[in-house]
Amino acid sequence: MAQFLQQMVNGLALGSIYALIALGYTMVYGIIALINFAYGEIYMFGAFTGLFLVLTWKANLYLAIFGAMAFTTVLGLVVERVAYRPLRRSRNAGRLSALISAIGASIFLSTLMVLLHGPATTGFPTLFQNRNFVLGGASISLYQILIIGVSALLMVGLDLFVRYTKTGRAMRALSQDADAAALMGVNTDLMIAITFAIGSALAGAAGVLAGIYFNAVQPYMGLMAGLKAFAAAVLGGIGSIPGAVVGGLLIGLAEIMGVAAKLSDWKDAFAFAILILVLLVKPSGLLGRSIIKKV
Amino acid sequence: MLVIKDLQVSYGAITALHGISLEVREGEIVALIGANGAGKSTTLRTISGLVRPALRTSRITFRGETLFGHDANGKYRAALPHRLVEMGISHVPEGRRIFPAMTVRENLLMGAYSRRDRRLSEAFERVYVRFPRLKERAGQVAGTLSGGEQQMLAMGRALMSRPRLMLMDEPSMGLAPMLVEEIFSIIDEINADGTTVLLVEQNAQMALSVADRAYVLETGHIALSGAAEELARDESVRKAYLGE
Ligand SMILES: Nc1ncnc2c1ncn2[C@@H]1O[C@H](COP(=O)(O)OP(=O)(O)O)[C@@H](O)[C@H]1O
Ligand SMILES: [Mg+2]
Repeated sequence: MAQFLQQMVNGLALGSIYALIALGYTMVYGIIALINFAYGEIYMFGAFTGLFLVLTWKANLYLAIFGAMAFTTVLGLVVERVAYRPLRRSRNAGRLSALISAIGASIFLSTLMVLLHGPATTGFPTLFQNRNFVLGGASISLYQILIIGVSALLMVGLDLFVRYTKTGRAMRALSQDADAAALMGVNTDLMIAITFAIGSALAGAAGVLAGIYFNAVQPYMGLMAGLKAFAAAVLGGIGSIPGAVVGGLLIGLAEIMGVAAKLSDWKDAFAFAILILVLLVKPSGLLGRSIIKKV
Repeated sequence: MLVIKDLQVSYGAITALHGISLEVREGEIVALIGANGAGKSTTLRTISGLVRPALRTSRITFRGETLFGHDANGKYRAALPHRLVEMGISHVPEGRRIFPAMTVRENLLMGAYSRRDRRLSEAFERVYVRFPRLKERAGQVAGTLSGGEQQMLAMGRALMSRPRLMLMDEPSMGLAPMLVEEIFSIIDEINADGTTVLLVEQNAQMALSVADRAYVLETGHIALSGAAEELARDESVRKAYLGE
């Protein structure tokens, strides 16, 4: 039992990171039915920005997270502007072009980081002393509390934003009926940009949290995390915000449980096995709308 | 108020409008009638910027401002759909197109999206007076409303921006006869309150009964136009559209 509780704690911490990235996938998909595969790399840039701020400016934890979020927000806006917007404008570019462009943006960003930093893995300097607390037989570390806490805070903030602000309402309107939203005066391009910015900020925060948790930052860290977060978004129901959170946590739990079952060689395979299973059995995911209707 | 000159619109190889011209004057209800596929919705969707004219010589102006086409300085203009509601054009689209997962109240708030002033309670009040059902159902998810209620919501939503010109695309579609009567009397009231209306309908009889003037659209051409009363008496119109 204590063993199980322990895996739950570990799974929640890991899953929170996937959930933060998955939110970006799902929000963009909800609005323009596009998978922005570059979120994994934006997450990686978030980790490096945090690392850079800590190493050169001796930034504390909060500054590292905020700084990384600010930088990845801008990065997300640039990626949208350069890699996606021109394709939306073009009559001849279909969904496949957008997907290829997305993958191109990912490769570009990870290669850019290799050029800037080199391919090596860098540890994250200790920002504060980690400690363990025992809770009903399971131990939870300060790092895990940090990850779960910051993620929960960001998710609640996002939920409130989408539910109660005028911009959040416009984003929901756009995802339900793009033409009708335009007739109400919603500027589609602006909303798409805001959505990219939010998703990128969340991925940036996830990058710093992951850097601290795993004590490892490297240019290709975004690939696996991004793909698993994508699997999480599909599992939860792509387009659904609560779905991304649930999917992220479940993927994190599945991975940890798999490792606990002495299948750690297969660690990275669980997410994809789940992805394939969901696509076969229930493509709309756990909380997704059953009809995915997009123009 | 709204002037359309030589509007031509295509969807790929299909030409939906072959150069139509029409005019809506301030205070009028103008009906645009015609069979399914004649190009009625395309006309409204082009005015709203959702579809672009095929020719740069096509011209649409609203209150003297060029929405599409060359302006007085010879510069080509094409308005973006989200700017039109700010200029005072509100479009109630075919099939209602309410936001199904939002509440009635949120749908109405979306209707007021373009408004910068804070006097929304007044706008809500006006819509609720006109559509008391919407007030009762304010908290209900719009997708669960009946067809008639959804039509009222779509109209209420369009009124929230306090438009000068309302474009209505087949408001009677799929509604029971009693509701059709109700919807048309509301259109009359909206117009009496000072909103100009361009009304698209397949139900020619009802449309001609509320309209001041009308245009008959046939496969992308204006076949006839004139005072609504006269058209309602016209032999060919009676045969083709009034089921006689
Ligand atoms: N999105 C579209 N793509 C291709 N053809 C279309 C599209 N929308 C309308 N059309 C065609 O344009 C013509 C006019 O359609 P429409 O304006 O919807 O007519 P109406 O509203 O009078 O029924 C029809 O022949 C229709 O098939
Ligand atoms: Mg139509």
